[in-house]
Amino acid sequence: MVPEIGHFALALALALALVQSVLPIAGASRGNAVWMKSAQATAIGQVLFVAIAFAALMQAFIVSDFTVRNVVENSHSLKPMLYKVAGTWGSHEGSLLLWILILAVFGAGVAWFGSNIPAETKARTLSVQAWISVGFLSFLLLTSNPFERVFPPPLDGNDLNPLLQDMGLAMHPPLLYFGYVGFSIVFSFAVAALIEGRVDPAWARWVRPWTLAAWISLTAGIALGSWWAYYELGWGGWWFWDPVENVSFMPWLLGTALLHSAIVTEKRDAFKSWTILLAILTFSLSLLGTFIVRSGLLTSVHAFAVDPERGVYILGLLAVSIGGSLALYAWRAPEMEPGGLFRPISREAGLLVNNLILAAATGTVLFGTLYPLILEAVTGDKISVGPPFFNAAFIPMMLALVVFMGLGPFLSWKRADIAGLLDRIRFVAVLAVIAALAAWYLLNGGPIMAYLAILGAAWLLFATLREWALRIRLFEVSLAEAARRARNLPRASHGMTLAHAGVAVLMMGMIGSSAWKSEEIVFAAPGTEVAIAGFDITFEGAAQVQGPNFIADRGTLVVRRDGELVTTLFPERRYYPVAESQTTESAIRSTLAGDLYTSIATPASDQVNNAGAWTLRILYEPLVNLIWIGAILLVIGGCLSLSDRRLRVGAPRRAKQPATDAVPAE
Amino acid sequence: MKRLISGLPLLAAVIFGGFFLWGLNPDRDPNEIPSVLISQPAPEFGLDPVPGLETPGLSQSDLVGNERPVVVNVFASWCVPCRAEHAVLTRFMEREGIRLFGINYKDKPEDAVKWLNDLGNPYERIGSDLSGRTGIEWGLSGVPETFIVDGDGTVLFRYVGPVVGPDAVERFTEALTQAGALPNVAES
Repeated sequence: MVPEIGHFALALALALALVQSVLPIAGASRGNAVWMKSAQATAIGQVLFVAIAFAALMQAFIVSDFTVRNVVENSHSLKPMLYKVAGTWGSHEGSLLLWILILAVFGAGVAWFGSNIPAETKARTLSVQAWISVGFLSFLLLTSNPFERVFPPPLDGNDLNPLLQDMGLAMHPPLLYFGYVGFSIVFSFAVAALIEGRVDPAWARWVRPWTLAAWISLTAGIALGSWWAYYELGWGGWWFWDPVENVSFMPWLLGTALLHSAIVTEKRDAFKSWTILLAILTFSLSLLGTFIVRSGLLTSVHAFAVDPERGVYILGLLAVSIGGSLALYAWRAPEMEPGGLFRPISREAGLLVNNLILAAATGTVLFGTLYPLILEAVTGDKISVGPPFFNAAFIPMMLALVVFMGLGPFLSWKRADIAGLLDRIRFVAVLAVIAALAAWYLLNGGPIMAYLAILGAAWLLFATLREWALRIRLFEVSLAEAARRARNLPRASHGMTLAHAGVAVLMMGMIGSSAWKSEEIVFAAPGTEVAIAGFDITFEGAAQVQGPNFIADRGTLVVRRDGELVTTLFPERRYYPVAESQTTESAIRSTLAGDLYTSIATPASDQVNNAGAWTLRILYEPLVNLIWIGAILLVIGGCLSLSDRRLRVGAPRRAKQPATDAVPAE
Repeated sequence: MKRLISGLPLLAAVIFGGFFLWGLNPDRDPNEIPSVLISQPAPEFGLDPVPGLETPGLSQSDLVGNERPVVVNVFASWCVPCRAEHAVLTRFMEREGIRLFGINYKDKPEDAVKWLNDLGNPYERIGSDLSGRTGIEWGLSGVPETFIVDGDGTVLFRYVGPVVGPDAVERFTEALTQAGALPNVAES
């Protein structure tokens, strides 16, 4: 019964989306206020019905209703409750439903909070959002119904892929989707602006909080996915340039560019058509991500079950949405009048360089990801593009970006004072060089690129801190006065400082864990000793343990340094009998200085098993935790900026007002 | 001019779309990396035996003039999946009677000897490719890789990655049967 309610709710949501895709936009062109207002009700109705459908599917997973095919294929009665819930979005159908739910949430968000947006713009935006809804709801209902029944129902399910049964991964898709789909509303705003033929600073201000919210979630989602790969896959790496990682990274890069170019549109009424283009392309890349994962187009560890028919349907959706919006852009963008002028050395120019580098980086990743497909189509050769290409092409670009990232915040709008700028950054540059030289002296050895990267990261960190110190006039005035100034700074400014510093911290983690990683793979009998990065590790043996829905071989490793006991680690190799698959649960000793990472693998042949020998993989990854800390700083920076008064989306004013009003941004 | 530039993103999107449409062809398997060696003679190479091992070395001449197809497996003691594959290949050798040759890829001889002593040595001949030069000749994309070479030295089949798990073993068995490398099947 409940699954049928869910199915019916989806159909109703589609009906509402159809109404919303026509009525408000027609109202906007005819000046019919009632029609325009209807979007409010339909957008909220849509989110209600999609939420009912989502809840119905979740209910089927929670009670393990094995009459529903999707539950049979992705759940098992013995699975822990958390993963039963997470199983709702573990399959193609379920994750698409989550996608649509988030789409509806953003539409309703604009309907609910967008009281400061003019009626016409709001009506057009919501209509465009409904076009996307219609496309995906019909896709779900026609090709991938999550509520399909199965008869006769089996006694138990096939279990969710055990690799996915992990806390990090249970949260990864919702966050990632929130980011992906969050850009849909920015896209809708952009298309609405193109239809209206007008973009102004107010438009940029309405768009920015949504962009920022999507960007924060995408950042958190990507970081969680990377964290999951690090802890769960047992390979000891955090980024593999896998096609699906790339397709989530591209919207992030372009979304970051959008975030910055929207500032210029908001403050200086410039970069208008560029901002619009970025808004369209960012969401286009999000759609591309959805498409690639579901179509079997490229090979990846993430791919869902391949179904060419679905692929063609999604490609059709993409053609209409991306092709249509870009055609609209080609038609309307040339008519947009250019905005404020600026000198080659100014905040605008700095942000322009930032945008160009980010766009070029996105292009590089796109090219590397799609090159195997293109080459195969043109010449028939099959190749795969791996990390060497991305590292060679991407890292230098990021280093250039970091140089400008440190510089940018010092520049003033329109025209910056070069002499003053040099005066302020000289000290920072010297400090960064000293830091890089000190690293060279202390570490001696390692690739030259790593030292350049250290230089870049140090430069960015010091420049960001220096800029912040200048703003609050730290050490120039009394500490109390500086603290008062810090309080009065707009939160967006603190947000920027935190996020930029986060990038520097993130880089440090990446450099440390990739350039100074040490690794040992040994074939060990109990009593074997391994020395790595100053630790002495003794393998005591392995025993079998029983989990809720798995059986595991658990190894015991005693870690000592200079003869003193540091810790004992228990890496596991789990076997899930129902899903017939195995996972590696690595055991990690985490400190800020680095992670000691151990995993255990089953010995290959029975003969060896009897001897009690195991394959151990032991890694030391210096500074790797800085990656996660940096990502957290980025997210906090984004949240701070989002909470800036200037950006609040007409939300009902909170009762508690800050004691002093925020000073207007300069 | 401005109009032209504004149209560029659309043009790029259309081109990408065309490639995607092509890529959706259901017969395409993006996981497959074919070898240029298929139906070509095996490359010219000559490898010394692994020092400390009784097994003789391997060269191209050993792959020519055999009665039935042979299997050439590229392995290394440092390669973790090779351990799992080793058991499978040993079983093939013992139960199905395939002739198994090995190329020990970029491996320290003492490690290889220890590895084979621990796990057993199913190989008839093993060439030690310390420099990795022969690996380049064979066009390796990684270790392990397994080739089926016809009696006259023609490469018939290439398997990238470990032959482990039901799917892989099934594919490999099928290729062996097709090549006629399984004596009991070939006779019947």
